Amino acid sequence: MLGYIFKRLLLTLPTLLLVSVAVFLIIRLIPGDPALVLLGEGADAASLAGVRADLGLDRPLPVQFVSWLEHALKGDLGHSIVSGEPVSGLILQHFGLTAAVVLAAVTLATLIGATAGLAAAWRRNSAIDLAVVGAATVVLAVPSFWLGLLLLLLFGLKLGWLPFVGYVPFSESATQAFAFLVLPIVTLTITESGVLTRMMRASSLDVLELDYVTHARAKGLSERTVLTRHVFPNAFAPTLTLVGLTLGHLLGGIAVIETVFTLPGLGRLMVDSVLSRDYPVVQGCLLFTAVVYVVVNLLVDLCYPIFDPRVTAR
Amino acid sequence: MSLRLRHAGLNAILGMALVGALLLTIGIGLCWMPYDPLAIDLAHPLGPPAWSHWFGTDEFGRDVLSRSMLGARISVLIALATVSVAIALGTTLGLLAGYLRGWTDRLLMMVTDAVLAFPGILLALALIAVLGSSNGSIILALATAYTPSVVRVVRGTVLSIREREFIEASRSAGDSALATIVRHILPNILPPVVVLATSLFGWAMLSESALSFLGVGVPPPAPTWGNMLSASRPYMDVAGWLSIVPGLCIAGTLLGINLLGDALRDWLDPRRQS
Repeated sequence: MLGYIFKRLLLTLPTLLLVSVAVFLIIRLIPGDPALVLLGEGADAASLAGVRADLGLDRPLPVQFVSWLEHALKGDLGHSIVSGEPVSGLILQHFGLTAAVVLAAVTLATLIGATAGLAAAWRRNSAIDLAVVGAATVVLAVPSFWLGLLLLLLFGLKLGWLPFVGYVPFSESATQAFAFLVLPIVTLTITESGVLTRMMRASSLDVLELDYVTHARAKGLSERTVLTRHVFPNAFAPTLTLVGLTLGHLLGGIAVIETVFTLPGLGRLMVDSVLSRDYPVVQGCLLFTAVVYVVVNLLVDLCYPIFDPRVTAR
Repeated sequence: MSLRLRHAGLNAILGMALVGALLLTIGIGLCWMPYDPLAIDLAHPLGPPAWSHWFGTDEFGRDVLSRSMLGARISVLIALATVSVAIALGTTLGLLAGYLRGWTDRLLMMVTDAVLAFPGILLALALIAVLGSSNGSIILALATAYTPSVVRVVRGTVLSIREREFIEASRSAGDSALATIVRHILPNILPPVVVLATSLFGWAMLSESALSFLGVGVPPPAPTWGNMLSASRPYMDVAGWLSIVPGLCIAGTLLGINLLGDALRDWLDPRRQS
């Protein structure tokens, strides 16, 4: 078990290094003076010279990378061209909201997906199965931003049950903040449950055919025990990997939802920075999200042995 | 016929019908559209669906049906170009990695690992920030994000067949490496690549509409379903149809492609046939 954890941790380091190289190089792809790109057109000669010295632009690229990485590891991701604020501060300020929405949605989607998928596989080819598969297939084709718009149109505008646009931070009023977050969370729960349901159904079908399930039934165990104790853990393991991927994919996809519901999250910060060509913020968001993505998938892999102890033996 | 098989057949038929309807719409749009999709008519803004304008008019009085038809053409062309670039580049690199192995393979795998460490749409966003938003940069950005998965699939397939007897026979018969690849390896990697290309096409359409919705995709006034949805947001309370039509177009197209992809996979992958 410890060996497995150690091996997974060790495998993550080269990935993180490659990710930082990629983020470093993307900004260097922009034609022109990198100092001018990072400070914006209106920068004065003194601060340009300062950034040039900081980045070591006269030194070879690998040396520049090491100095950039050193700063990044200390939490110094530069300053925003638009507001002048430190990039790391901006990211932390926006990340909390995004993390809350994504975590809530993925948790709910996993619960729905695991239950519906298992039920569908258990009663294969029944009306329940066809209904679940049909719903999952339709949900998979609906873009989250469109579903969000439709829910907003129905519950925000026509029925007036929930607030329409804007956001109140949790620190000001927890109930109001929750009211603003209900629709975004529901939207993402629905759109993400489709793929998780299909995965859970497919892996449950494989597990249900195995001899040990027949054996468990032959022992006279109740269907409930067979499903919850014997089928679920083994069928859930591959779905768990998909949950990790979904979490990461949502960190990118959340931008459209934050746009629909005008939430000041990390995705919106990134898109706004792309639109205003605020490169230090784009670079910082990209690095931060990729690192979170890699770490989340690492954590999921570390949880894997709980459901399927065989992986530690490999 | 079992319920499952009948179900699979229905899926394939529904998928073909939806994709057929999309192609038909594009085909008709090439010869005829009810109105000029870019023509502004400020006398009739936000008109509800009627006989003269089936899907109504937008905030500039432009015909929504005509714009949806042109949007279909633009979105499909961008998705096709993206998938073509990703498949061509990914297949070439995957063949090289799988056939040559050694350092070429290790280096290529390192690069694909790094690209796959980013959520796809985020990488595309960053590349568009660098390249500026235009149709060309959307294609390039999305193709960059999708190429690694093609490399992986092709490499894996090549590795699994390169030691088989018919490859060995081709080599001992004196065929060059290129001839072996083209004549014996390429036909074998075709089925998984076709299945992957179908899913990539759906992803590309969805990502393009998301990028256009965010305002960093296809620049207006050219219509795509994504930027039409984005433009509809301020008028949701008075002109709900503006938010419904483009979304239905995206969802219907994706449903068709997904169903067709599932049918194709069941048909090409013997393991899944029961």
